[in-house]
Formats: sequence, structure tokens, C-alpha cells
Amino acid sequence: MIRFRLVVAVFLLALAAGPAWALSSPSEMLANPVLEKRAEAIGMQLRCVVCQNESIEQSDATLAAQFRAIIRRRVTEGWSDKRIMDWMVQRYGTFILLRPPFDPMTWILWGAPAIALAVGGVAIVLARRRHPSLPEPLSVAERQRLAELLK
Amino acid sequence: MDAIIRRRLLMLGPLGIAAAGSGVFWALMLRMQQGKYDPHALQSMLVGKPLPDFTLPGQTPSAGFSNTDVNRGKLPALVNFFASWCIPCVEESSALDELARQGVTIWGIAYKDKVAATAGFLTRYGDPYHQVARDADGRTAINFGLYGVPETYVVDRTGIVRLRYAGGLSSDSVRDTILPLLRKLG
Amino acid sequence: MIPELGHFALALAVALAAAQAVLPIVGAQSRDPRLMAAGPALAVGQLISLVFCYGCLVWSAVVNDFSVYDVAMNSSSTEPLFYRITGTWGNHDGSILLWCLVLSICGGAVALFGRGLPSALRARVLGVMGIVSAGFLLFTLTASNPFRRMWPPPIQGAAINPLLQDPGLAIHPPILYIGYVGFSIPFAFAVAALLEGRVDATWGRWVRPWTLAAWCFLTCGIALGSWWAYYELGWGGFWFWDPVENASLLPWLTGTALLHCAIVVEKREALKTWTVLLAIATFSLSLCGTFMVRSGILNSVHSFAVDPTQGVFILTLLAITIGGSLALFAFRAPVLAASGVFAPISREGALVLNNVLLCSLCAVVFTGTAYPLFAALFHVQLSVGPPYFHLTVVPLLVPLFLAMSVGPVLAWKRADLAPALLRLWWAGAIAALIGIGTELGLHRAFAAAGFAGAAWLILGAFAELVERIRLFRIPLGASWSRLRAQRLGVWGGAIAHAGMGVTVAGIAGMSLALSTIVAVAPGQTIAFGGYQWTLLAMHDVPGPNYTAQVADLRIMRDGRQVAVVHPSLRTFGQQHQTVTDTSIQTNLLRDLYIALGGEQGGKVVLRLHVNTLAAFVWLGALVMAFGGALSLVDRRLRVGAPARRGVVGVPA
Repeated sequence: MIRFRLVVAVFLLALAAGPAWALSSPSEMLANPVLEKRAEAIGMQLRCVVCQNESIEQSDATLAAQFRAIIRRRVTEGWSDKRIMDWMVQRYGTFILLRPPFDPMTWILWGAPAIALAVGGVAIVLARRRHPSLPEPLSVAERQRLAELLK
Repeated sequence: MDAIIRRRLLMLGPLGIAAAGSGVFWALMLRMQQGKYDPHALQSMLVGKPLPDFTLPGQTPSAGFSNTDVNRGKLPALVNFFASWCIPCVEESSALDELARQGVTIWGIAYKDKVAATAGFLTRYGDPYHQVARDADGRTAINFGLYGVPETYVVDRTGIVRLRYAGGLSSDSVRDTILPLLRKLG
Repeated sequence: MIPELGHFALALAVALAAAQAVLPIVGAQSRDPRLMAAGPALAVGQLISLVFCYGCLVWSAVVNDFSVYDVAMNSSSTEPLFYRITGTWGNHDGSILLWCLVLSICGGAVALFGRGLPSALRARVLGVMGIVSAGFLLFTLTASNPFRRMWPPPIQGAAINPLLQDPGLAIHPPILYIGYVGFSIPFAFAVAALLEGRVDATWGRWVRPWTLAAWCFLTCGIALGSWWAYYELGWGGFWFWDPVENASLLPWLTGTALLHCAIVVEKREALKTWTVLLAIATFSLSLCGTFMVRSGILNSVHSFAVDPTQGVFILTLLAITIGGSLALFAFRAPVLAASGVFAPISREGALVLNNVLLCSLCAVVFTGTAYPLFAALFHVQLSVGPPYFHLTVVPLLVPLFLAMSVGPVLAWKRADLAPALLRLWWAGAIAALIGIGTELGLHRAFAAAGFAGAAWLILGAFAELVERIRLFRIPLGASWSRLRAQRLGVWGGAIAHAGMGVTVAGIAGMSLALSTIVAVAPGQTIAFGGYQWTLLAMHDVPGPNYTAQVADLRIMRDGRQVAVVHPSLRTFGQQHQTVTDTSIQTNLLRDLYIALGGEQGGKVVLRLHVNTLAAFVWLGALVMAFGGALSLVDRRLRVGAPARRGVVGVPA
């Protein structure tokens, strides 16, 4: 039943992928395009828990299909996105969120861009301190003098 | 010369980062080989919490049951999700039989299965269950946070889930994991 | 017999690599010309024995010698010849042998094309490549020998995974490997420079073409993989932020940074330490991408964890290569001569910004990919998926794209921003118009920003060229003759930058893609995305080693036939596996993409996509690689060419 579907890294560098055997059936989709769009957006944020790195919108695992159905039912029942997400997290943990929450465990993760840029900045400052700075560009007077000399 | 040494220390940065990275990697590899870490294993949110509310119809001749029935029954107990179409469920049937023989109460929930198919499964591979209920649409399973069948939940005397075992039970896992825990829960 | 010859050739290669690891470096340290001269000969010898060795493996697969374990497990006589050959690298052992083969090709290339290098530098470079080669060849020979026999041999082989029986994926590994392993050359140059204690302009000029060549292949490899995912996965995505994909992106990002840094070393003798570090980092990331992905920790199906000895061996090799070079870096880099100076606003300054942003991108992708492992250390399970990467990568890409067009028009050493921006006003204006136009027309902010960015990149890429030929400031004829006099390298840079713009346009276009799932009966017509899709018939077609369920689908627009396509489901009998064969009809501006699902109550489930500008995503990558290749052809940058003029650059 648990079909680890994605990532057939059969040889070293095969791009991760799995066979797309089944396509979800059209009957799954909501008739209302606005609600369907919302449901898709929620589904894209949730991990198909039995697959590797696939959202439940992309997966054709039966459990993912069931999640899709639940999301669509909740959406039509008027649940908010957050309430649906919370409902899922309550049952499957933050593991199900493809976008991990911001908490002490993920501070480094979410801070990564800022940390990387800061390290880069510090490295530049350190490197520049080591070098003598470039001589000041010639002033207007100096330039005139130079032009005269070169005449 | 001091400056050179200072710069050397600074230039150790990349090595330090690489070393830290490989340290994490090494630790995980080690844990993986010792069987303490499995990247595919998933934590259950239910552990440490009471069973979710459910009331399920029975698989005749068994009556249906609810979470309160489990909590009022003999504890500690097991709740086992199974399905006739699932091969590991067939494989774990002997381990469940063994547990039942030792007097452990096992509540069975047939997951997304047809009545006749479940009945056939129970006659063919034995019925170790105290009672068997049917979760035809799999909604109760999702409230359990189920990933797939079979899964087994250990409920302690106070009705709190203490363990979720994903995958088929074997005589080894019964001996090494389930029975010691049940004994501890007394 | 043939497999034994291959096995012998492998052992011979190990011996030659071991000699190559020791003799030239000893020679360079002791200034012994005879020992130094052994390097090229040994590298070529190693190359010849590995080519022979790999040839033996291919031969065994071609003649269906199932007594060879790896052939029995990954090949079958029912397969077409092409897949029997590609199957040799479609498995663990064979792919590592291919990796070693590519490494020896790189070593041979340095030996053959590096005649102009100073003999000590060439000896050290070959020595370093010998060390890496010896390690991995020893691993192949002892822990993952592709020639091991099985007895009794099976009557029929197990055949490779049907998913891999696809031309795109079959040629993917060699191209990607040339990219990955190609970075071993700049790596070897960096380590050699550390050993020598000298980095100068000539060094930069030698490193750059090798880096560029590797980068071109890696670009193509990544694009090919992404394209494969697009047509094979059947739902129209092209990048999934999967660990395996990210692993190939990491060295590409640092490799791109390295490419630009090498220019600064070459032109200005600045950023030397940093360039050396980047060269080490890029190859290290290539190694990690190749081998750690398979450790099983990153959730991949085939893993070393199954075989601990292999895992420990590989990890030790990685630790020696990466740790050793970084330790050498820490010890020796501080003695490298100080770099040239430059003002923050200058071409160098822009390239530093480019490097900071590219490396930050690399750090973010790395963090995101590895974070689940880090969390696992604390017994926390979390997923890091596309939403995270989109949120963190885009803010870094925006300044990178902005700077990409500005950088090339800045002067070296010291520049003024205002005149540079003035030269770009037209590009900025057109980009803004396109962006505003898209937003007003479609109300899709992401697409609008994407198209504006693409226009900015493509137009900005040619701003430097426009400046060089003084377009509209001198008569057109004079501009034309100036244009013809431009070096290919200038063209190459501009085209590569424009290629990025093309890819951005493709990604922006894909955000406008439409898709739907329908269930249709034969004869039924569906209107979707401005097209009429008619399912004409369903039928079964036998293939060489599969049977296909094929749908004939006619696509019409405004009463005219656009195409008749045949998406299919292939069932591979031997493996009981079904693979979707999607149909893609492209006119470059849009893809009509059809994937066939199963049948449901007499109706056929089809997934229909109209993917705007999809082809641009990969086209852009090809343009980038083409630009790189163009620079390679430029005489002045050609490998070996610096020898004639290099003497000038060597400091006393």
C-alpha cells in the first residue's frame, strides 16, 4: 500500500521522478473554478505523505486522492485555508507541510538567505580591510594639470 | 607572521562548514545502520494522545465499535488497521494470531475494503480480533493519521496511544517491540 | 573472457592512476623533469585502459552475456540495442565506472591539450587528478566491480527499469557526468595552485576554458533532466525541487560563480583566494551530488545504506578529497599574493555581487535540501518543498537578474553607476512596458514580472555589444564593421546572459499554463484552452518489449487541424510496469501536452495542457550553453593558446 512512488534515482543522477500511471479523475474536480483553484492551492502546499517530495495535487497515490477529496469537501463547506491546513497538521504533523512553519527548529532554514548574504557581506568587508583602498580619483585640479602636462 | 596565522584560522571556515556537514551526515548514517533512524519512518501525531472519536459499523458477525468501546474494554489493547487487498496484512496475520493467543485484545478495523472480501480474508487467514469494524471510506483512518495498511496502535490503560507501528508485524517485532511495551503498560 | 579483460583493464587503470597520483607531484616538488613528464603518459594510459574497460562492459551487454551480474540485472535480449548499451550506466556499478571513465577523459584532455602549461603546473594538476581517480577506481575495483560473474547465468536478464527506456534519460547521465566531472579540472588546478603557492592571470586564463566546458555540459545535463521530467512525468511540471535535482543545481550555481571569478583573476588578478575556494567547492558539490544522493538518507530508492562497506568507502573518499583540499586551502591560501584592488562600483564589484548572490542561492538550496536531515538529528520530521524554495530563491534572483545586465556595461577597476544605467535605459524602458502591458492585459503579476525580467535580461545582454559598436552614434555601416570585428567571447557572454532571459521567459510563460482533466468517449470533442480536442479512437500497438495503449487525438483550432497526436500508455510485460508516453505538440510559443490516463467505464481519462512558452525553459538553457561554447571557440580563450602570450602574465 505504501508506495514510495517518486524518486527513482535508479542510477546516480537520474532526475527524481516516478511513473505517472494514473491520472486523477475529472470527477474529483470542483465545478466552481474559484473553489477548485483554492483547493489546488491548498493541495500544492501539502505533501503526499506516502510519496517522496510530491504534493498531494501531483500524486496519484490513493491516500493523496483521498486528501484531495477531503480538501475539496472542506473548501465547499466554507472552511478557511488555515483551518484546513491545521486539520491536516493535527493528524499528520508538520511533516505534511511542504512549507515548514516558522519556529525555533526552522529559524536557520528560513534565515538561510539572510545568513548567506550576511556571511558574504562580512567576507567582503574582511577582504577589503586587508587591501589598501584604491587611490582617490584625481581631483578636477589634478586632472587639469595632467591634461596640461600631456599637451 | 601573526597575520598569516590569523588568516589561516579564518580560512579554516570552509573546512569547518564541510566538517560540520559531514558530521551530521555521519551521525545519521550511523543511526541508520544501527536501525535507529529510518528516513522513511514517519512519526505519529497520535502518540501521547487519546484515540480520535469514531463510531464504526461492524463486520458481521462482529458488532461495530467506537473509541469509547475501546477505552472501556480490556486495556492495554491494540487497534489494528488491515485490508484484504494488502499483502503485508496477510503476512502479519500469524503474528496477530500469536498476540491474540497470549490474551491481547486486538480491535480490528477493515480499511477501505468490501464486506465479502474482508469476510474471506478473516476465514482464510484467521480472525485474531476482539471485534472487527469497517472503515469503508477511510475517514476514520485519516483521523488516526494513517499512512497505509497495516498499522497497529497500542493503547494504554488510560486510553492514551503509546505506539504506532506502521507496516506488518512480524514475530520479531512482536517479541522485541509490542510485547515488552504491553508488559510495561501492564 | 571479455569481462575478464575488462576487469584486468580496470586493475591496470588503478595501477596507472596510483602512479599518476604520486610521480608527477613528487617530480614537481623535487623539480625532476623525468618524473613530471610521467604525468601525461600515465593519464593517457589510464584513459586508454578505461576506454577499453568500458568497451568490454558494453560488449558484454550487447552480446547478452548474462553471466555478468550487472548485465543480467540491467539488460535483456528483448531490449533494443540502444537500451542495452545505455543500460550499462543505468545501474550503480556501471554508472560509477562511467564516472571514472569521464574523469580519465578529463585527465587525458589535460595531458593532451595542456602542452602549453608550465610543466610543473601540469604535473601537479595531473597528479591531483590522479589522486581522485585512484580513489574512485579503487572503489570500483574492490567494492563495486561491474564485471563480477554470477553462476549459473539466468536465461534472460532482468532488463532496465522501463522509465529509463527513454532516449532523453538514456543519454542524460553521460552529459551530466561530463559536467560534474569536468569540474575536477578547475579543482585540480586550484589544488595545484595551492601546492605551488601561486595564482596569477595565466592561471585564470587556463582554468576558465575548462570551467566553461564543464559548465556548458552541466547546463545541458540539467536542462535535459528537467525536460525529461516534463514529458515523462505526465503532469507538465519541469522543476520539482527534488533532492536529486537540487544536487545538480548546486555545482551549477557555484560553477557559474567560478566562471565569472576566473574572468576577474584573468583580467585583474583579483579575487584569487576566492576563485580557488570556488573551484574546490564546485567539485566538492559535484561529488556530493553524485554520491551522497545515493546514501539513502535523502530518501532515494537505491542507497549505500544497504551496503555499509560501500557507504563507508565512498564517504571516506569524499572526506579525503573535500577535507584534504579544504585543509590545504586553509593552510596555503593565506600565503597567496594579495589581490589587485578595485572600487565597489566596477566590473569586479559587480562580479563580486554576482558571486555573493549565486553563492547565497547555492546556500539556500543546500539548506533547504539538507534541512530535513538536520531536523532528523533532533528527531523532528519536516518537509521542505517547492513553496519554501520559491519564497527564498526569488528574492535572491531579482537582484541577481538586475545586476546581470548592469555588470557587463561597467568599466573595470572603477566605474560610475549613472552613465552605465544611462546606457541601459532603453532596455529598462522596454522591459517596463512589457511588464505593465502583461499586467494590464492578463492581471498576472508573476508573469508580468517574469516577462519584464526576461526582456531586461535579453536586451541588457546586448547592451555591452551595442555600446562597443557605438550603434546610432556612428554611421550604421561603421557599426556593422565594428560588430563583425567583435570577438566571439563578447558574443558568447551576451548570448549566455540572453539565454538566462529566455529561460526566465519560459518560466513566466509556464505560470500562464492551462490544464484540465477530462474523461471522453471515442468520437467525443472537448473544447479547452481555445482548441477543440477530439478523441478519434483507441487501439493497442505492440512495441519491441512493451505493448502500448494508444489514443488518437485530433486537435483543431478555428476549424483548422493543428495536429493529430498519439499519447499512449506503455505496459512493459517483463516488469509489469506501465509508463505514460505523453504527446507534446509544440510550435515553440506553446506546447499542447497530452497525457493518457486509464479507462473509466468506457471513457478515457486525458490530461490536457496548453503550456505557454514551455519550450523556452530548455531553449534558454541551450542558448546559455551555446553562448558558453562560442566563448570557448574564441581563439584568445582557447585551451593552450595562452602559452604563446602567457609569459607576459607571469609575475617575477
